[in-house]
Amino acid sequence: MKQYEYLAKKILADAGVVIPPGRVVDSPEEARTAVSEIGPVALKAQVLVGGRGKAGGIKFAETPDEAPAVAKQILGMDLKGYRVERLYAEGKLAIERELYVSVTTDRSARCPLVMASAQGGVEIEEVDDSAIVRRHVDPRVGVLPYFGKEMAYAMNLPAGLAREFGDLVEKLYGVYREYDAELVEINPLAVVDGHLVAADARLNIDDSALFRHHSLPVVEEGTPTEHRVHDIGLAFVELDGDIAIMANGAGMAMATLDTIQHFGGRPANFLDAGGGASVEPTAQALAVLVGMHPKAIFVNIFGGITRCDDVAKAIIQVKNTDGIPVPLVVRLTGTNEQEGVALLEREGISAYSEMDKAAQQVVALAGEGR
Amino acid sequence: MAIYLHRGQKILVQGITGRQGTFHAQQMRAFGANVVGGTSPGKGGTLVDGVPVFDTLREAVGETGATASIVFVPGPYTKDAAFEALENGIRLLVLIPEHVPVADSIDIVARAQDLGADVVGPNTFGVISPGEGTKMGIMPNHIYRPGEVGVVARSGTLSYEIAYQLTNAGLGQSTVVGMGGDPVVGGTFVSVLERFREDAATRAVVLVGEIGGSAEEEAAEYLSTLGKPVVAYLAGRAAPAGKRMGHAGAIIERGRGTLDSKERALAKAGAHVVTVPWEVAPAVASALQ
Repeated sequence: MKQYEYLAKKILADAGVVIPPGRVVDSPEEARTAVSEIGPVALKAQVLVGGRGKAGGIKFAETPDEAPAVAKQILGMDLKGYRVERLYAEGKLAIERELYVSVTTDRSARCPLVMASAQGGVEIEEVDDSAIVRRHVDPRVGVLPYFGKEMAYAMNLPAGLAREFGDLVEKLYGVYREYDAELVEINPLAVVDGHLVAADARLNIDDSALFRHHSLPVVEEGTPTEHRVHDIGLAFVELDGDIAIMANGAGMAMATLDTIQHFGGRPANFLDAGGGASVEPTAQALAVLVGMHPKAIFVNIFGGITRCDDVAKAIIQVKNTDGIPVPLVVRLTGTNEQEGVALLEREGISAYSEMDKAAQQVVALAGEGR
Repeated sequence: MAIYLHRGQKILVQGITGRQGTFHAQQMRAFGANVVGGTSPGKGGTLVDGVPVFDTLREAVGETGATASIVFVPGPYTKDAAFEALENGIRLLVLIPEHVPVADSIDIVARAQDLGADVVGPNTFGVISPGEGTKMGIMPNHIYRPGEVGVVARSGTLSYEIAYQLTNAGLGQSTVVGMGGDPVVGGTFVSVLERFREDAATRAVVLVGEIGGSAEEEAAEYLSTLGKPVVAYLAGRAAPAGKRMGHAGAIIERGRGTLDSKERALAKAGAHVVTVPWEVAPAVASALQ
C-alpha cells in the first residue's frame, strides 16, 4: 500500500527526519491560509504517481492572494489517470543541490538495500551506475550511523553533510523496519543552507504486513471494478482488451493472457481466482467479468487445490442468476475434472481439456485473431 | 536420487490439525511421504489420521528425530513457526503460507543461512520427487510420474500445467521445486540448479519463470556451469507493466526484469526458450534425444 507524500512525510518527521514546513490543502481558500502561515509555497498534487512536476501537478504560489487561483489549476485535474483531490502546500526551498537516498528490499540478495546518489532529482533513473552507491544491510545487524556516513564519503559529500547523512540513513532504516516498508525513498534529498531536507518522499508498505499497522490510513489504488474484485479477496487488474479472463494462480493467469495474445486476441483483464477458491468467490468474480461487457469470457482452470466441479458450480450459478450474455469458453483439467465437465454439459456448456484449443476458440468467438 | 527429498525421509507437519494441514498431511502420505508427526499447541497426545500430534516442535523432533518440516499456519504466524523449527534442528523447511510479511521472510532466510538450513518458500506449492515416492507440498498427486526431468518454478498452477504436459508426453520428473511467489524466498533459481547439476537422476531441467525481478537473468549466468539441457518458459508477455516501486525498483533492475531481457539472457546462455506452455514437453523430448 502506497502512502501519499504528506502521509509519508508525517511518518518521516516523527522519526526525526527534517522536512519543510507544510500543510494539507483541500480547497482554494485553504491555499490562501497556507501561504499566510508558511510564506511562499509549492502546491503539490497528492497522487500516487511519479513525474508530477513535469505533468503540471506542482505549482508555486508566492502570495496569499494568488494562492487560490494556483490551487484551482491543480485541484480536480486529471494527472496520469488520477483525479487530484488534495494538495500539499510546502514551504519553497532554496535548494543548493539535490541528492537521492532510498531503502528497499533486494529480492536477489534477499535483504534490505540502501541506495544513494549525489546526483538526485527527476533524472535519477538516467544517472550512470557508477554514480549510485549501493550497500546491503545485514538484517541481523541493522544500520548504525557509520553505515550511511561511509556511503556519504563514497559520494564525496563534505564532512558536515556526511554526519547528517549517516544519521538520516539510520532513521530511514528504522522507518523501513518499523512500518514494514517495501520502499522508503527521498528524492530529491535537498541541501538547504548546508543541511539535508527531505523535499519529496515515498513510502510503500508491504500489504502482507498491514495486519500489524492498523494506525496507518487506508490508501486505495485502482479502478472501481478493481476494488470490487479486491474486496472479494482476489488479484485483479483491468486491461484494455475485450476478452475477459479468469484463471487460477498468478502464473497461470499470466500464461493465459499470453496465450490469448498469442492467438491474436486482446485480454480485458488479469484475474487470479486463487489456488483454491471455493464456489462463492469464484461466482462473484465471474459476475464482475460479465459486468465488464466483454466480447467473450475465457475460464482457464488447472484443478490442483481448486476443484473443477466447484468452478463448474460457480459458472452455473452465475448463468442462472445474472446470466452470461456473451460467448463463454471453459477449459477444465485436473482435480474432479469429469464431475465438472458433466455439470457443465447438463447446462449446455461444453468444456475443453487443452488450453491451446480453448484459447483459439475464445479468440475466434470474440471475432479476433488471425 | 532426487534433490531435497529422499525416500522414507521423516517429515513433520506444523499446523497439522488445521483444515489445510490435515488434508495435505493425508495427501502427502497418500503419495508415500513418511509423515512421522505434527504439531498443534494444546492438542498434543492426540492423533490425526493415525499421525501423532505434539504440542511443541521441540517435543516432536525429540520423539521422532525428524529434520524436515512443512508449515501450514497463517502468514502472520509463519515467522514464529519457522524459527521454532530452525532453532529445534529442522534443516529442510517448506513454508506453504502466503501473505507472510517480507520483513519476516528476510529474518527467516538470514537465520536459515546461519544454520545451514534449506528454506523453500514462503508462498510455495512445495517440493515433490515422484521417483522417491515422497513430497512436501500441496501439489495434486496424480499429475506426476517418476522420470528424468527436473522442474523449477516460481508459480504453482503454471508448474502443474507444465508437469501435466510432461507426464502426458511420457516425460517423468526427478524433482519439481516451487521456489515461492513472494519477493523474498529461501531459494533462488541458481541454488536449485546447483542441486540439479549434482543430481544424477536429472538429465534435463525445465525452468518456469515470470516477469519481474532478476532471478531468470541470474539463472542464465549459471547455465554454462549446469551442463544439462534447459528448456525455459516464462509467463508475463501480455502482463501490464508491473507495479513500479518508486525509482528504487528501476535503479535496481536497470533494464532487467522485462520478459524480453530474461528470454534473451536465457537463450544466449543456451536454453531452449519456448513462448507457450504446450511447447515445453516437445522441447524437452528433443533435448533428451
